[in-house]
Amino acid sequence: MTDRPKKAFSGGKVFVPFLTCGDPNIETTEKLVLAMADAGADLIELGVPFSDPTGEGPVIMSANIRALSAGVTVDDVFDMVARLRKKTDVPLAFMTYANVVFSRGTEEFVRRMARVGADALILTDVPLEEKDEFALPCARAGIKYVSIVSPASSERVDLITRRAEGFVQFMSPLGVADEIGGLCTDIAETARRINAAGLPCIADSEISTSEQAKRMSGICDGVVVGSAIVRLIAEHGEDCVPYVTELVKAMKSAVRG
Amino acid sequence: MSEGRFGAHGGQYVPETLMNAVTELEAAYAKYKNDPEFVSELTELFNGYANRPSPLYYAGKMTEDLGGAKVYLKREDMNFTGSHKINNVLGQVLLAKKMGKTRVIAETGAGQHGVATATAAALFGMECEIFMGRTDTERQALNVYKMRLLGAKVHAVDSGTATLKDAVSETMREWTKRISDTHYVLGSVMGPHPFPTIVRDFQSVISREIKAQLYEKEGRLPDAVIACVGGGSNAMGAFYHFIDDKSVRLVGCEAAGRGADTFETAATITTGKPGIFHGMKSYFCQDEYGQIAPVYSISAGLDYPGIGPEHAWLHDTGRAEYVPVTDDEAVGAFEYLSKTEGIIPAIESAHALAHAIAIAPKMSRDKIIVVNISGRGDKDCAAIARYRGEDIYD
Repeated sequence: MTDRPKKAFSGGKVFVPFLTCGDPNIETTEKLVLAMADAGADLIELGVPFSDPTGEGPVIMSANIRALSAGVTVDDVFDMVARLRKKTDVPLAFMTYANVVFSRGTEEFVRRMARVGADALILTDVPLEEKDEFALPCARAGIKYVSIVSPASSERVDLITRRAEGFVQFMSPLGVADEIGGLCTDIAETARRINAAGLPCIADSEISTSEQAKRMSGICDGVVVGSAIVRLIAEHGEDCVPYVTELVKAMKSAVRG
Repeated sequence: MSEGRFGAHGGQYVPETLMNAVTELEAAYAKYKNDPEFVSELTELFNGYANRPSPLYYAGKMTEDLGGAKVYLKREDMNFTGSHKINNVLGQVLLAKKMGKTRVIAETGAGQHGVATATAAALFGMECEIFMGRTDTERQALNVYKMRLLGAKVHAVDSGTATLKDAVSETMREWTKRISDTHYVLGSVMGPHPFPTIVRDFQSVISREIKAQLYEKEGRLPDAVIACVGGGSNAMGAFYHFIDDKSVRLVGCEAAGRGADTFETAATITTGKPGIFHGMKSYFCQDEYGQIAPVYSISAGLDYPGIGPEHAWLHDTGRAEYVPVTDDEAVGAFEYLSKTEGIIPAIESAHALAHAIAIAPKMSRDKIIVVNISGRGDKDCAAIARYRGEDIYD
């Protein structure tokens, strides 16, 4: 199996858009993924909706609720990824909560991910201490299990990195976009330690402008943009594709600068 | 396998951001739980401030009326602030103070845990913010006023079903945002390790007292201990010191709402399946895709889609049994105890009482049942009146 994420990180700084699958419907998500890949997204994070996303702020929480209210299920997400895989090679990571995976049977869930052509799994509510239960089945299925670090991780960064694979995602707590100055120092140091262990580090920290993306990509290996995209989807609904495409193009060019 | 397991249940399923906070709490608890000074301060708070020990009352009229087992009531409703919640809160806020925290946050369902937390925060001079589902702020308006009176800021939570589950989620979010000076006073035997253990330990004073008090009155163990279960803190407290006494039946009463066979229920063991949510592996009411179910009960305190991990384990091993009790049965028991013994119980506790009323007549007169009356019912009078079609002011 090709290591699509590894290939994505081999070409310089990466831009990683996030969206919630099924918001406003699965057809729009499918169009968005293709459009974002065409616009230069290096890897795409697919939020698989969960009823109670305790780790998200209000913007992405609402997107989860909209998707579930529209009747979207994880089966729809799997089917969509299978269709997408016939059209694009962009690496796709599922980002969701432990119960979505566990309730289906973790082995079965990650094997199905591999079958439809998904590449990686990120679980917001699974820290290092609980990862084996998910990371081992992922390894057996050929799915990358992505580790998360946060500004509060401090001495845990090395412990987490030592057992990480693929890439490490730096996630800042909710609503710290205004404190981006202080955060930069923190991310730079964290990214340096993660790089020293031979892994790339991307930052998911409420980035909403190209200027922020440019600054952030200067100190780590790439940026994730979630809320800013989800806000455009919320505003424009099914007509959101051109707006999101434009944002992805601008972000990508800022990151690659 | 991680820390804090009860069989397959428990664990620490929280975002990375919270890991240092729960690890710090675990270390602080290990340091203080057997520290003589901490223990003596907490005992003084229990006895001097919270009115412990609470009486174990022989419900003679009820026993006579039911015509079977002797019924004793553990009067946690007589604690200061009106419920068992104060036991855990005093322990946790004292611990938070020792940890150098200056601010406490908490979720609340019926408002009892919120009031208890606001009370302890006032006593210890700490900043306090309470998160409560908007639906619950409406059905428990008096408790909202009390919390504000005690100096707490009350946030009405609009997400999801706007009840206890959403209040827990919102408090976790708030903790993620501000960890350094803030302790999350989790109100039940749930959430990530070490909370289920800490809350159980502070609540275990209930079973320790029952055991000693009943020994004094009857010279023996009870045959059954019955308590209501939402997250399960009063039940865990009432069961804990009897777990090794295999002759004692332990019965947890879940809120079945309009019936465990309807969608309007909160009976987790009866209708749920294993899952991972709110930091723990346990049983949860959920759909086939793992989406957490919007549960319902007349009781805001039991209106929760999960159950503490130690209860899940007691269920798996068969050591405790869990039975569903409907709104209607609980309201009946609420009225029954008021008329029979002159005690108005919390609607939560009335779920346990309803089961006792059902089983006592089938037991012989030499048997003994202890029902944990986890709280007082003043807060529920308006809602019960409404249930019976009468509109009164709160």
